[in-house]
Amino acid sequence: MAFDQTATPRLFEERTPDLIGNRTFGFWLYMLSDVIIYAALFAAFSVLHTHYAGGPTSQQVVEPLHGFIDSVLLFSSVWLLGLGMRSMAVGERAMLIAFMGLAAIVALGFVGFESYDFAHALGKGESPQRSGYLSIYFVLLGLHALHIFVGILWMLLMMVQVAFKGLTEPVVSRLLNLKIFWMFQSVIWVCVFVFVYLLGAVG
Amino acid sequence: MLVPLQGHYSFWLGRLSMQWVPYDNPIIVGAFVFACSVGLAIVAGITRLGWWGYLWREWVTSLDHKKIGLMYMIMGAIMLFRGFVDAVMIRAQQAMAAGPHTAGFLDASHGYLPPFHFDQVYGSHGTIMILFAVTPMLIGMMNIIVPLQVGARDMAYPFLNSIGLYLTAVGAALVMLSLFLGEFSHAGWVGLTPLSELAYSPGVGVDYWLWALQISGIGTTIGSINIVATIVKMRAPGMTWGKLPIFSWTSLSMSTIGITAFPILTVVVSLLTLDRYVGTHFFTAGLGGDLMLYKNLFWMWGHPEVYFLILLPFGVVSEVIANFSHKQLFGFTTMVLATFAIAGVSWSVWLHHFFVMGQGPGVNTYFGIATMLVGIPTGVKLFNWIFTMCRGRLHFDPPMLWATGTLFLLPIGGLSGVILAMVPADYEMHNSVFVIAHFHNMVMVTVFAEFAAITYWFPKVFGFKLDPTIGKKVFWSWVVAAALVFIPMYGLGLMGMTRRLSYISRPELQPFLYVQEAGMFMFCVAAFYQFKQFYMSIRDRAKGVHLIGDGEVWSGERSVEWVAHSPVPFYNFAVTPYIHQRDEWAWRRAEGHVRAKPERYVDIEMPKNTAIPFLMAGATFVFGFAMVWRIWWLGAVSFAGIVALLVLRSFIDDTEYTVPAADVEKHEQQFFRHRDAHSPDLRPIEQAGRGVYL
Repeated sequence: MAFDQTATPRLFEERTPDLIGNRTFGFWLYMLSDVIIYAALFAAFSVLHTHYAGGPTSQQVVEPLHGFIDSVLLFSSVWLLGLGMRSMAVGERAMLIAFMGLAAIVALGFVGFESYDFAHALGKGESPQRSGYLSIYFVLLGLHALHIFVGILWMLLMMVQVAFKGLTEPVVSRLLNLKIFWMFQSVIWVCVFVFVYLLGAVG
Repeated sequence: MLVPLQGHYSFWLGRLSMQWVPYDNPIIVGAFVFACSVGLAIVAGITRLGWWGYLWREWVTSLDHKKIGLMYMIMGAIMLFRGFVDAVMIRAQQAMAAGPHTAGFLDASHGYLPPFHFDQVYGSHGTIMILFAVTPMLIGMMNIIVPLQVGARDMAYPFLNSIGLYLTAVGAALVMLSLFLGEFSHAGWVGLTPLSELAYSPGVGVDYWLWALQISGIGTTIGSINIVATIVKMRAPGMTWGKLPIFSWTSLSMSTIGITAFPILTVVVSLLTLDRYVGTHFFTAGLGGDLMLYKNLFWMWGHPEVYFLILLPFGVVSEVIANFSHKQLFGFTTMVLATFAIAGVSWSVWLHHFFVMGQGPGVNTYFGIATMLVGIPTGVKLFNWIFTMCRGRLHFDPPMLWATGTLFLLPIGGLSGVILAMVPADYEMHNSVFVIAHFHNMVMVTVFAEFAAITYWFPKVFGFKLDPTIGKKVFWSWVVAAALVFIPMYGLGLMGMTRRLSYISRPELQPFLYVQEAGMFMFCVAAFYQFKQFYMSIRDRAKGVHLIGDGEVWSGERSVEWVAHSPVPFYNFAVTPYIHQRDEWAWRRAEGHVRAKPERYVDIEMPKNTAIPFLMAGATFVFGFAMVWRIWWLGAVSFAGIVALLVLRSFIDDTEYTVPAADVEKHEQQFFRHRDAHSPDLRPIEQAGRGVYL
């Protein structure tokens, strides 16, 4: 050894990894990219929302009352999942599974009601092929509904994992990310409700 | 719901039929024979050497960030070669087809490429060079260096890292497949609407382009998330933000752009896909579609993307110049601020790609001024590099040659960019080859920096240097080639030659095109030396081993990655280093800790190998293929496969294994014995370096 190293306090130091912290941070970054996806779609909506091309106008297409019912369903689901997270915090697995199941059922109601609206619009000939406005209308709402549908599948998966694996570190990190995801979708819904439904009804 | 299609369609094979196999085109058949021969030779070689098991265990299923980074680099190099062949074809066509009296060969009336084929060649040249050559090489570099530079053992998410690699590879594979089955997009790498709509591009070319971009774009977003999380969450103890090395800072800014810009690509590609598959009207020329919406959205991604390509090279140049000037980087804080200023401004300049859209003087002025603002932080960087070199002890090894090369390219490319940022001037030069010369000049900065990085960090990864004599030949032949190709291009642009021409109507331009052709010949020479450099260096690797201290190779290294041994062991650091200074290695050298060993070793947790990312890539490739040819059942099955693999992975908890402290110690002892046998007497270097922390 060429030089005396005893005078140095520390050159090496091991540290403990923070699995949940790492994963949650990464999920926030993913949410950031999802924000950008919606932002780009809302930008496209702001360009296309008057491009009716002689077809139905937004007043004829959107029904704010249906949007309101959707909102109630979605926010109930968020509330139920929040209760589930509370159960997770105190370690009640059965309650967590029950609340997640309820949240999934209510969210399924949301998807079902929106699908009914879509089918109704298609039945009237208001298809995405009709005009630029209807294209962005279906894609914006459809993407949000797709997110909700993926969230429902995610909840089912997590119910199975909580039941069979218990609240291990990876399972808890997934549940925390699910919570972030679910709340984020409801925040996006606020924008959808305001811009597509309310302003659409005003015209 | 689906759009009606022209031509043959069947349930089981979709649009696929023999008519899509271009067996009557001698150029493509030649490429096919070449690709098959090389592929067969590689397969035969691996079988003969019995490497399949080794490749599967040590590379394909590996989650080691260095191996994933290397695979990114190799893929980038292969695609760089493919993009280069496209460039050779473009230049040859233009040199042959200037003026009405030029001869025509094959099916072309001038030159040897008919317009439709020529359009596919420049479309694939742009797409491949930007997204499948340069980008993977940059991401590969970050993959290898960033965890080392922040003192981590792997990326934050090793599994996602592997998925990012394979998604990019699937995109590249789709582009390659389009050469032999079907066609590629003839609408340029930017997918010009409404040309890229189904009505004007009824074939599968644009579909190949769409799915290749979509899949690799998701891969890049995932990769960017991983890099940001690694830098934010995985830094070694003692490494505060002020001590983060400059390359990692530029990686952070680049990946921030990746996270925020690539989702827009996802959106714009998805919307165009819906137009082509479902018949929506986002960018069509009728029924409420808005084709300028496409342009805006595309460049909202596209412009941040080109800064995504330039920021990391700035980090490389900073590291290399500080190293070979034997000085601390001048103005570190301003360098970081300038990096983030460029990243920030990248968001408000996209409209300069189409000043001629007709949005009025107010909007154009805003974007013109915003574009010119980029020159300020870039100028700060340039002066910082010059002041770093000023009064330094300069050593012009190949990495330093490449880095100083960028100092000449950057002002030329940057100032031509400022010329284009002036709106009235841009009205004259829009769509001329002046623009092409400008952005190739800038991308040359990226390429020069990539070669600087490869020669600089090669010994870090492999433990031996690339041959510097051949390295200098590569550099000088590149410089001559780039000058011959791109200086005449500026002139041609000012003389009014527009871009994307398969036939040039003015014969007086031909001399300039011949000069460019001579430049392409020089590029071939450079490519030859590049191959020779790797071949000779790997063959004579024992001669190139230079181990000084633990990790030092060039005797001027500064950052944390040099604290690790060269070549880096699979666990990077036996014990995580505690960071005292931004230039930790330079500080350790000055303080005499070059040969410091930890007091005791500890157990290390490393990610286990897994085949799931590779299998997911297989399913994704099938999915992309099925969607291009509209084979719906196959698309559904492969998509279900992707989801099933993801769910399966979520049930596997046992994702890490432990390397016992005793094994780590054994490995380290082995390394020290090897080092002591090979490296020269260190005391003079250590004593010369002692106390010198500039």
